Amino acid sequence: MAEILVLVDHTEGVVRKPTLELLTLARRLGEPSAVFLGPDADSATEALGRYGAHKVYVVDAPEVDELLVTPAVDALTQIAGSTRPATILLPSNPDGKETAARVALRLESGLITDAVDVVAGADGPVTEQSAFAATYQVTAHVTRGIPVITVKPNAAAPEPAPVTPEVVKWDVTFGPASTAVKVLSRSPRERGDRPELTEADIVVSGGRGVNGAENFAVIERVADTLGAAVGASRAAVDAGWYPHSHQVGQTGTQVSPQLYLAAGISGAIQHRAGMQTSKTIVAVNKDQDAPIFELADYGVVGDLFQVLPQLVEEIERRRS
Amino acid sequence: MKIVVCVKHVPDATADRTFTEEGSTDRESVDSLLSELDEYAVEQALRIAESDVDAEISYLTVGPDDAKDALRKALAMGGDSATHVSDEDIEGSDAFGTSLVLARAIERHGFDLVLCGMASTDGTMGVVPALLAERLGVPAVTHVEELTVEDGTVTGRREGDSATVRVQGALPAVVSVTDRSGDARYPSFKGIMAAKKKPLETLDLADLGIDAGQVGRAGARSAVDTATRRPPRSKGEIVADDGTGGAGLAAFLTARKFA
Repeated sequence: MAEILVLVDHTEGVVRKPTLELLTLARRLGEPSAVFLGPDADSATEALGRYGAHKVYVVDAPEVDELLVTPAVDALTQIAGSTRPATILLPSNPDGKETAARVALRLESGLITDAVDVVAGADGPVTEQSAFAATYQVTAHVTRGIPVITVKPNAAAPEPAPVTPEVVKWDVTFGPASTAVKVLSRSPRERGDRPELTEADIVVSGGRGVNGAENFAVIERVADTLGAAVGASRAAVDAGWYPHSHQVGQTGTQVSPQLYLAAGISGAIQHRAGMQTSKTIVAVNKDQDAPIFELADYGVVGDLFQVLPQLVEEIERRRS
Repeated sequence: MKIVVCVKHVPDATADRTFTEEGSTDRESVDSLLSELDEYAVEQALRIAESDVDAEISYLTVGPDDAKDALRKALAMGGDSATHVSDEDIEGSDAFGTSLVLARAIERHGFDLVLCGMASTDGTMGVVPALLAERLGVPAVTHVEELTVEDGTVTGRREGDSATVRVQGALPAVVSVTDRSGDARYPSFKGIMAAKKKPLETLDLADLGIDAGQVGRAGARSAVDTATRRPPRSKGEIVADDGTGGAGLAAFLTARKFA
């Protein structure tokens, strides 16, 4: 059966949800083999096997944490060069895309980035992408070499298909120091209790209408009631009301959750490009002409400081 | 220090962008301009030059005739010269073809530092800087919000999903900067006038020793099968808050099983 390589995205051995989505997609194309870089493979192998990885290639070398991107490029290029998989799947984050591009170049292969779906075609995988702020849907395929594809989070629901993986340790020859970028320091940001923005099923975002950092508590209250991640528009982030790591937009994070609730956000193109493909969109805004209402499945024209607390109260009343 | 800033002339992201029948970006039907994300790279180059008397800044773009406008806009912000690579055989290039042309032009010019934006606003792949580093055989210090060039190295701060990471590479290097790296300046009237006189050379594939088969549609490694306009989202129910707006919203969310 065709082997599909999947690059594992993890934090100290805890496998992130998009990797489970990649393994699920990989099963449409062949038999998944995970490629794990770093020292914590033991903790990850069980999770990877649960989602269908028949093999886990393990690359445990200091370079993995000491250098930026190139260790993954060296590892994938060498493993793929030897095993000749049918496809290589990587997550669509900045490092994933750079890794993918460099691997494709070295393997003289084609690259498709930011796929929102991947299916098996007659001649290899066929991808779907969202283009031009989600106004176009594009299908494409790679025409040379081993298709290298990066996939956006929420492209598929992870489906377990448990197997016991074969663990294969791989010795990678890393590139010269002259082309390396050293990681001088890594300061983890505080992980809150809320879901990760790109992976969350529900996102509740605040914009200019929130009018202050303290007022974001109203947004957070709604998010916590719904078990959602918190997002912010560029205006709110630029004003210093919420951290940039939560910015949703063309230059922030792009999300595609089941539900996107936009409060006090006008819906300028910058923001829309970041959330336009959400399955259900709901908006609350004082201005009935706000462009966000063009996208909304349900909208309330009103003061978010009245509407949102009432929303939370009503949900809690219904639950009790 | 020789700095090359790669810039792209792109269809206006706020306009109605479309695809051609062949599945490539339609560059005729809307106005194009210097990609907003490239302005940040221009700005960082200018700041480096302002702190290093010996820096020379040259802008580079690959594109059809009107791509020169992107170069003139960059020159109006500051900098010394520009190179436009234009050839009909480049049309339809993928990132591999584009990066090949850029890399050869950069080598021809000579460089200590290549600066790029984090991604183009049309293709939005964000892979050209990494491909340039791979082709040029130099470190790729990418996605930085803060940048320092000194003692033959470039150090940058990146903000990842879960951590702040500081990275460093030796020069010569390729660097890409994000839209958080510092507000780009507006060109002054004096700058706009001066830009018209700064040297701008035009090159084609032959000047770079590149065969047509390596670039363009012929050299592309992937193909678009279909490009379909998404039906616009139909407008849903919009209600004015009459004192029950929040409750109505709760009913909607509950019915859809979100709450």
